[in-house]
Amino acid sequence: MVGGRDLLSRLGRLYLPLAGFVILGLFPFYWMLITSIKPNRELYSQKVMPLVVHQPTLKHYIDLLTETNFLTWTYNTLLVAVVTTVISVVLGTMIAYPLARMRFPGAAVVAIGVAATYLVPQPLLFIPMADIINRLELGNTLTAVMLTYPTLLIPFCAWLLMGYFKSVPRELEEAARIDGASRLQAMTRIVLPLCTPGLLSAGIFAFTLAQNEFLYALIFLAKSEVRTVPIGVVTELIRGDVFYWGQLMAGALLGSVPVAIIYSFFVDYYVAGLTAGSVKT
Amino acid sequence: MAVGPASIARPAPVAGRPVTLRGLLEREGVFSWLMLAPGVLFLLAFVAYPFFYGIFLSLEERRVATQGVFVGLANFRTLWHDAVFWQVTRNTFIYVAVTTVFKLAGGLGMALVMNQSFRGRNLVRAFLLLPFIVPTALSTVAWMWILDPTFSVVNWLLVHGGIVGSGYSWLGNASLAMWSLIVVNTWRGMPFYGITLLAGLQTISPDLYEAAAIDGATTTQRFLYVTLPVIKPVLVIVTMFSVIFTFGDFQLIYALTHGGPANATHVFSTWAFDIGMSAGQLGMGAAVALSILPALAALIVVLTFYLRRE
Repeated sequence: MVGGRDLLSRLGRLYLPLAGFVILGLFPFYWMLITSIKPNRELYSQKVMPLVVHQPTLKHYIDLLTETNFLTWTYNTLLVAVVTTVISVVLGTMIAYPLARMRFPGAAVVAIGVAATYLVPQPLLFIPMADIINRLELGNTLTAVMLTYPTLLIPFCAWLLMGYFKSVPRELEEAARIDGASRLQAMTRIVLPLCTPGLLSAGIFAFTLAQNEFLYALIFLAKSEVRTVPIGVVTELIRGDVFYWGQLMAGALLGSVPVAIIYSFFVDYYVAGLTAGSVKT
Repeated sequence: MAVGPASIARPAPVAGRPVTLRGLLEREGVFSWLMLAPGVLFLLAFVAYPFFYGIFLSLEERRVATQGVFVGLANFRTLWHDAVFWQVTRNTFIYVAVTTVFKLAGGLGMALVMNQSFRGRNLVRAFLLLPFIVPTALSTVAWMWILDPTFSVVNWLLVHGGIVGSGYSWLGNASLAMWSLIVVNTWRGMPFYGITLLAGLQTISPDLYEAAAIDGATTTQRFLYVTLPVIKPVLVIVTMFSVIFTFGDFQLIYALTHGGPANATHVFSTWAFDIGMSAGQLGMGAAVALSILPALAALIVVLTFYLRRE
């Protein structure tokens, strides 16, 4: 059915620009991958064609896992991400629920306050925060980042969840309350289960953002054993000598894998979360 | 604030009924505040308090592990007369403005391309978002290698494609370094615009386009008079959010150029880090960080007004 003309116009309007976006978007990942499996003699030669691998090797991965603290960093990153995600989704839910569904004195102030904390950028807070963490004697502990990441994530989760909570019809809750359910039961048994997609979105988003966090971890985690992957990779794998790129790219790639896996399972929830804030207003 | 009509579920105060704990918990106000308390207290302790403490620090001459001395606005006065401060200000505004234009234009293009139906669209969408979800520091080190002074693949392509005679020092030259940052930030942030705008485009009813086509509208006219007005709210909100977050960008710049060469790519956040953390001048660092507040406050006010009006 598709004539040559149609195909040509579809090529220009769809396939060519699409290929451009995909290639530009994914090239750095391709580059990470092939760098990480190239032997050094290929990496640091001006003569070898660099776009493909001629003799693949796993040496960089083995070195990364045996000579550096990469596995410890991975463990730290995942532990911190899971703990902060749980804290943020729970506290975010507890903030969003009353704001979305209740009338009470002070609601407007809290709503504005939460929106404001969401928009306050980290650079405004990290210097005083460093002093506070020092005074609490939490330097070089994962507790320091577990306490500070949620400052970014709670307002985000609350914002995202408010939209979902508002969408549940009031009648459902009222029917439950007439049947004798308390407010807490109506929340945990009626409204929250109906908002499972929203809770999933918030959780996935919080989890990826927590793994992306950099500044607080850079400031608070100065010892190698407590570092997270991004900090470990940037501060320890970039060394003075030239020949570290294979290992560095192996680290960058492996460090991205947990996020990518979670993301691939829940892409739709992630996209829903991404667009909820801006499209649903 | 309870000025609206009371909800049906609100228990009516009945004369003579004893106040029980359960009854108290069922009151909207009590229940709401008990729910809110942990989160609100947390945010007060770890956002509001550091924010005001930062203002206090900016008025002090203070080094790490020493007592601060109150100096009033002296830190800000010093900054005002510091050429680097103005360079950092200019860098920040260039970085934010240029990346925003690129991300907006590229993202809109991405959304329009993706808004056509084709097989495997969801899969492509998932792949296009990858730059946005992968930890920034990790993708930035990949870019460091792509832009390496000696082994840059970009240089290899340019030289072997016969476009230039010898490669560029992408991160070593002041203006190229800024452009490199802009490219990497655009690469990372564009999918956010693209996917969000795509969601906006998908809310447009095909009827509108049909009606426009019947009225004889050209493709350009359909874009200007149908597409654009419908997605304008999304466009504005996405842009504002992105601008606010780009203002606070730190890790991309820190990882790629560290603010160099010679302060050419320092923005407020990285410079504040150097002064406050590396050099240990907490007071001055806090003052640098606070310098973004006026621009940021203006943006937030505009955004809030816009959201209210919608």
